Amino acid sequence: MGKVKCECGHINPNGTILCESCGRALTEKAKQEKIVDMRYEGSARRSQTYNKTIIDRVWNFFSSVKVGIWIIVLLLVAASFGTILPQEFYIPSNVPAETYYEDVYGTFGKIYYTIGFHDLYNSVWFSALVAALGVSLVIASLDRVVPLYRALKNQRVDRHESFMKKQRLFAEQEGTLPLSELEKVKEALAKKRYNVRIENGALLAEKNRFTRWGPYVNHIGLIIFLLGALLRSVPGMYIDELLWIREGETLQIPGTNGEYYVKNNGFTLENYKEGEDPEVFDEAINRVGTVAKNYQTDAVLYRDKNNELPGAEPKLTEVQADSIQVNQPMKFDQFAVYQTSFRQDEMKAMHFALTHKETGKEFGEIVVDLFNQQASYELGKGYKVELLGYYPDFDGFTEAGEPTSKSPLPNNPAFLFNMITPQTPDGEVSFAQIRNTMEPLGETTFKMAFKSLDTRDVSALTIRKDLTLPILAAGGIIFMIGVIQGSYWNHRRLWIREKNGRIYTAGHTNKNWHGLKREIHEVLEGTAIPEPEDRQKE
Amino acid sequence: MEKKKKRLYMRTAILAVLAGLVMYTLYTNLTKESRGNLEAGDEAPDFVLKDVNGQTHQLSEYEGKGVFLNFWGTWCEPCKKEMPHMEKLAKEYEGQVEILAVNVGESDFQVKNFANQYGLTFPLALDTGKEVMDTYGVDPLPTTFMIKPDGTIDQIVIGGLVQEEQVRALFERVKPSS
Repeated sequence: MGKVKCECGHINPNGTILCESCGRALTEKAKQEKIVDMRYEGSARRSQTYNKTIIDRVWNFFSSVKVGIWIIVLLLVAASFGTILPQEFYIPSNVPAETYYEDVYGTFGKIYYTIGFHDLYNSVWFSALVAALGVSLVIASLDRVVPLYRALKNQRVDRHESFMKKQRLFAEQEGTLPLSELEKVKEALAKKRYNVRIENGALLAEKNRFTRWGPYVNHIGLIIFLLGALLRSVPGMYIDELLWIREGETLQIPGTNGEYYVKNNGFTLENYKEGEDPEVFDEAINRVGTVAKNYQTDAVLYRDKNNELPGAEPKLTEVQADSIQVNQPMKFDQFAVYQTSFRQDEMKAMHFALTHKETGKEFGEIVVDLFNQQASYELGKGYKVELLGYYPDFDGFTEAGEPTSKSPLPNNPAFLFNMITPQTPDGEVSFAQIRNTMEPLGETTFKMAFKSLDTRDVSALTIRKDLTLPILAAGGIIFMIGVIQGSYWNHRRLWIREKNGRIYTAGHTNKNWHGLKREIHEVLEGTAIPEPEDRQKE
Repeated sequence: MEKKKKRLYMRTAILAVLAGLVMYTLYTNLTKESRGNLEAGDEAPDFVLKDVNGQTHQLSEYEGKGVFLNFWGTWCEPCKKEMPHMEKLAKEYEGQVEILAVNVGESDFQVKNFANQYGLTFPLALDTGKEVMDTYGVDPLPTTFMIKPDGTIDQIVIGGLVQEEQVRALFERVKPSS
């Protein structure tokens, strides 16, 4: 396995099909071909030459375009499986995935879950396939671009006539080729922006060689894109968090390591109104009832100056105030806070009146904040209400008669009050809910009558940071540059030489043969040089 | 042959770099879910919270003693069941193992009321903004972190501790050895 020395004296890498310098066929197969394969200039793809060590085998595997295409096909097929049923990420979060798929989609759903398609895009094997594609891109490109570069750099002006004979565009005829004639052709070719070299009475005209690098530039773009996608899983590069925040609340912003807090100063939902807003909305309003115009959270951003320990009392300084609307996030540092969802009219506080059951006379009203209760509420003149118990999500009584709450959320608030009045100085116990009071410890003279409810909205904000976007953009742009570079130009070459009283001409292009033929025709018309003919009938 | 060797080294180097990138990606993707979650053996993150009596408690101040760090809510049934055991053993192990019961997101009134009802004397800290709960990645309630005198986590118990003996066994594990 050594070097291959051509008759012309040039030393070629092992595995070379056409001599890099003169173009003579070096393999038996190439010698017998009528028209040679010029895709890689007959250069030695390195993968095909060494196959001795494990490293070489791995290298050769990934170098193969066939393997690369298989990886792409497998990826496409695999990715499409993930779209048959919703991914785990999108199913309701309150049901376990194990049962969800079977319950909703039956046996098929169960199989789908068992195989692991419910979380396909995060699975090891899918990641491994993407990784294999990346490796294939790098190795296959390297394995081709280096020999191609060598071959194009080393090509001689006076190619061997056997090389020219094997080109698709070729002609030969008896005659001699005066230098003056060549110079004339050179001038004409130069006008068409060819680079023309004349050596030893032979001419080589070439243009747009750079277009041959297009596919490799394109691959570099793809690799950068994949690297960007890879970086997403690196801590700190990508953050996507959700924050439910009630009106009036100030909460730590998740993903900022406690550095930032946000306050919700109010949530607004506006609908289009018939008659007031442009007529175009009228039809939709009539059809569906309401059409949302705006979802907005008025937010204030704070920075915490006392952020060393979790739980420490925050020392907030205002950074900015902004109205967050759909697609108009509040931006700070590298974060963007988006309006994502909302819940209207969550209970905030309840009003009760201490009422005499028989006369209906009220002795004052108390407001119980569902998020911050007081132990007792003074009404003056000897009237007082003590709070004995608060059950935000009342769920019934235990066997021992104790009221229970099934969650900390005020979905069904209930209270145990002790009413102290001048008539009942020891107090009377009343169990109060919305529109319902009970007397668990015996009949009472007074009751806590529910009066009204204060509500507020809850807004959901998405906190997002993505440092990989510029990398993805760069990859995409380079990808497109590669596509353009490879698509909109053609690498065209024309060889002319005289040998032993015969004139040979040959032409080659990587695409658009018609264009090359037309250019050659214009240049050679009216000269003694034969115009090469297309030997491959289309 | 010199050139062949060079090529082999080159290929090995490129493949090594690619393999490294692939392994790193797979690793970070696989650990994405559990990243940041605490495990036995990790150092317990320090925090500071106020209790219902307005006193400040910082975890690092408990160094040298075992800590029974319990996250709970007044509405949670298993929490109610384990509290009496905790109260009993807190007295028994006083000075050796301390209980810090962190209430998650409820009001001062609710916690005080609960403490009175169950006669609790150990500190009941209020994690109003759920910051400490987030730091410890607690879900669901109750969850208990047994912290050794050197500040590392000995064990994480998810769910209620119904038997007194269970609680005692945990206390024994984090008791200072002296």
